[in-house]
Amino acid sequence: MWELAGHSLDVARLRGASYADARVMHLRQRDLTTKNGRVGTLAQSESIGIGVRVLANGAWGFASTDQLTKEGVGACAAEAMKLAKASALAKRSDVLMAPEEAYVDSWQSSFRKDPFELPLETQLDLLLKADAEMRRVKGVTLTETDLQFRKIDSWFASSIGSRIHQRKVISGCGIVATSYRDDEIQKRSYPNSFGGQHALQGFELVEEMDLVKHAPRVAEEVVALHSARQCPQKTGTLILGGSQLGLQIHESVGHPIELDRVLGQEANFAGTSFLTLDKLNNLKYGTEIVNVVADARVEHGPGLGTFAYDDEGVPAQCTDIIKDGQFRGYLSNRETAHLIGLARSSGTMRTENWNRLPIIRMTNISLKPGTWREDDLIAYTDDGILMDTNRSWSIDDRRYQFQFSTEIGWEIKGGKKVRMIKNPSYSGITTEFWNSCDAICSREHWTLWGTPNCGKGQPMQTMGTGHGAAPARFRNVRMGTAFGQE
Amino acid sequence: MSPLNKTKVDGNAAGLSSEKRLHDLVQTVMRLGKVAGAEETEVHLDETLDALTRFANNGIHQNVAEQELVVSVRTVLDGKAARVSTNKLDEDSLRATVESSLSLGQSQPKSPHLMLMPGKQRYPTVRRFAKATAGLNAADRAHAVRKACDLAVKEGQVAAGIFVSGQMQSAVGNSRGLFGAYRQTRAEFSITMQQEGATSWAKGNAADVRDLDPQFLAQRASKKARMAVNPIELAPKSYTVILEPAAVLDLVGFLFYDFSATAVEDKRSCLNDRMGKTLFGKNISVWDDAYHSGQLGAPFDGEGIPRQRVLLVDKGVPRNLVYSRGTAKREKKKPTGHGFMLPNEYGEAPMNLVFSGAKSSIEEMIASTDHGLLVTRLWYIREVDPYEKVMTGMTRDGLFRVEKGKITTAARNFRFNQSVLEMLRNVEMMSPAVRATGEEAFEMVVPAMKIKGFQFTEVTKF
Repeated sequence: MWELAGHSLDVARLRGASYADARVMHLRQRDLTTKNGRVGTLAQSESIGIGVRVLANGAWGFASTDQLTKEGVGACAAEAMKLAKASALAKRSDVLMAPEEAYVDSWQSSFRKDPFELPLETQLDLLLKADAEMRRVKGVTLTETDLQFRKIDSWFASSIGSRIHQRKVISGCGIVATSYRDDEIQKRSYPNSFGGQHALQGFELVEEMDLVKHAPRVAEEVVALHSARQCPQKTGTLILGGSQLGLQIHESVGHPIELDRVLGQEANFAGTSFLTLDKLNNLKYGTEIVNVVADARVEHGPGLGTFAYDDEGVPAQCTDIIKDGQFRGYLSNRETAHLIGLARSSGTMRTENWNRLPIIRMTNISLKPGTWREDDLIAYTDDGILMDTNRSWSIDDRRYQFQFSTEIGWEIKGGKKVRMIKNPSYSGITTEFWNSCDAICSREHWTLWGTPNCGKGQPMQTMGTGHGAAPARFRNVRMGTAFGQE
Repeated sequence: MSPLNKTKVDGNAAGLSSEKRLHDLVQTVMRLGKVAGAEETEVHLDETLDALTRFANNGIHQNVAEQELVVSVRTVLDGKAARVSTNKLDEDSLRATVESSLSLGQSQPKSPHLMLMPGKQRYPTVRRFAKATAGLNAADRAHAVRKACDLAVKEGQVAAGIFVSGQMQSAVGNSRGLFGAYRQTRAEFSITMQQEGATSWAKGNAADVRDLDPQFLAQRASKKARMAVNPIELAPKSYTVILEPAAVLDLVGFLFYDFSATAVEDKRSCLNDRMGKTLFGKNISVWDDAYHSGQLGAPFDGEGIPRQRVLLVDKGVPRNLVYSRGTAKREKKKPTGHGFMLPNEYGEAPMNLVFSGAKSSIEEMIASTDHGLLVTRLWYIREVDPYEKVMTGMTRDGLFRVEKGKITTAARNFRFNQSVLEMLRNVEMMSPAVRATGEEAFEMVVPAMKIKGFQFTEVTKF
């Protein structure tokens, strides 16, 4: 692989590139699903190719190919040069890159059980058992389970001399029960909705999640939801479960801090950001207990945003995003770092695959744990609603106004969960919401959630991001609007 | 005015593999399947040659190209099937892919519902490959982008967008003699114009780049961005809205997965217990029609079955679902050619929607509106209630107040929580249906619509 990557860099250099990097990537994926007790998807795929990024005449070009021969990668580098020269025909200014060291390294994410080496029968058996447990409950009309495993090798070479090999093993799993009754469709998922929990782990993640154990509860809850009280329309106290808070962080902190959005580079599709450059160090994003970091380092945990180096060869870092409630940092790359006065990229360039250009992406954007025990959070809430497990999410293209709904809610009265609530939803304005946070649970309740499906870029790329969160409480939040028509 | 002269085109172009090569690859996989002991073998080939020029802040900042051919193999042995895909095309890799598919398949219980693969099929001819698009190069795209950016500079605006040109082809074959191949080109131009914190947007998409006019789209977005400055904040409530075609398609796109027979079988469709009953206004009729002149896409589905024209909604009544081979057998219907590649859990879906439309223009809709809103597009649409089909999302890139038949001012963007079923009962006027493209749903042929009682629930800061 190094020889092919090196050849593409040679071709780019000979044709006049001032900088070039190449990524050979080999992705393997296995998808297993069941539906209503039968095997649904049983599929495996692999994809291998090279993406070559060049800087010429002050502008970028990127080409990719699956032709992994000397001729193929040479032609690919030449195509990238053509694109860079065409870019220069309509460039705004020359690209400037923050300096970075060259690294020669090899890294592999840690895992105990390689999911690709374990018998498929074991994996399917687990899903079928969880599926059967859900179907035991009367009133459940659809059961679904899934496992997804990925193994990604990347060989990164750059014209400044970096040669970095990384291997990641990613696992994901989840179960869903759906119930249709009386003109109403309800759904419950575990450990999270939209594919479950995903992490930079091996099959041990699936074992830890214990899908079979949770299947009966999920099924019973979905049936019970039909008889639950409708979420009231009111302004009041909201407690969010960890997985929902993870998505709240993703949408209302993670995306607005992407510097390419801030600078207008995503204006046509993903949108821009309310966090204009004047707000850096000048915005009270949340209450003093709100501390958010972008942390790609291994010590943060096995998140989908964990790596050793980003996809332009910058080592993983931890950046303060919100410190004691104040807005402190953006996600940057080598091209944009200097625009916010940084000497170095914060290391957040990531690509979905060999055929996609690396762009600024979230790593692990996590809310640091607070001090509360979860029991106390409930016990010290006189009147509120606890909402858990995302059902829908939506936010405007500058990341101010959001609305989320969750699968289930619980009414809290006098410090106790008194009854189930169906169709819960809440909405608000990002900074008003984070400035209403008055309690965050402690490390023992903190989970690094994986969001495997974050879309951004043109052409669209899907990226996995991590979000550490523990349950937290928010005051004066608008609730129940989504279902309550005017 | 089109950027290039229009001439007749055919389906031959350099770049994509020849149909013979596709046929040879299919035959190689069939042979390898037989040797490996598969009772049946199916292969899908998907080849992409795409290029995308991306601009922002009035200049090109990204410029990318990709090339890939993926081979996806499904084998059947002893009532068990599985799929394995690769982009490694040498014979050893293809052999490993076939063997891997067989091995994967054997790990599951035997399926009593597995059907024999379909035999030879006949497909209607569709011509959606334009040499002019295939021949477009990076300099061509850069020049068009430069013109759009120059317009933005001249108008004191900031442009961002994309110019895409690409070719793709797909083929399906199986050991029972089925073979189908399809190729198309695609050109797309999308532009956002920004002025003093306001934005507007225009986008077009066609097989033939000569049917796409980037400068017209740039001018349109520029004009509307100018209109969008200084928005006033209105109270969120129920309004009469005029949805431009892109806004209509992004919203109604979420409805049509429910016309899958599998979705109804699974009881996750809003059509559960509603087929044959009046659900929409009498002015709403919808077909799925892969052969419509405003549509793109192959004449066959993921199982190799020819796509049929299906009347989904007839004067407000949902009449027909779409069927894969599996659901058709279970429901004693004929497959409609809408199945996804097997194996999958979702069955099928209509992907070539064509609305009937009417004769009003957007100008006439505005002129007939005493108090309402004109909506350019919608954004971040998600499902809130799957049975009543309540969707939430935001307006984006140009929301305008209409009073006494005229656009009077721009308005701050709203959040909506709106049932699509109710919305399609409240359509008062429609334009002729046109090929439209958005960001949340696939392209379709839809009209602009004037709709009463559209529910906005909150307002944002811009």
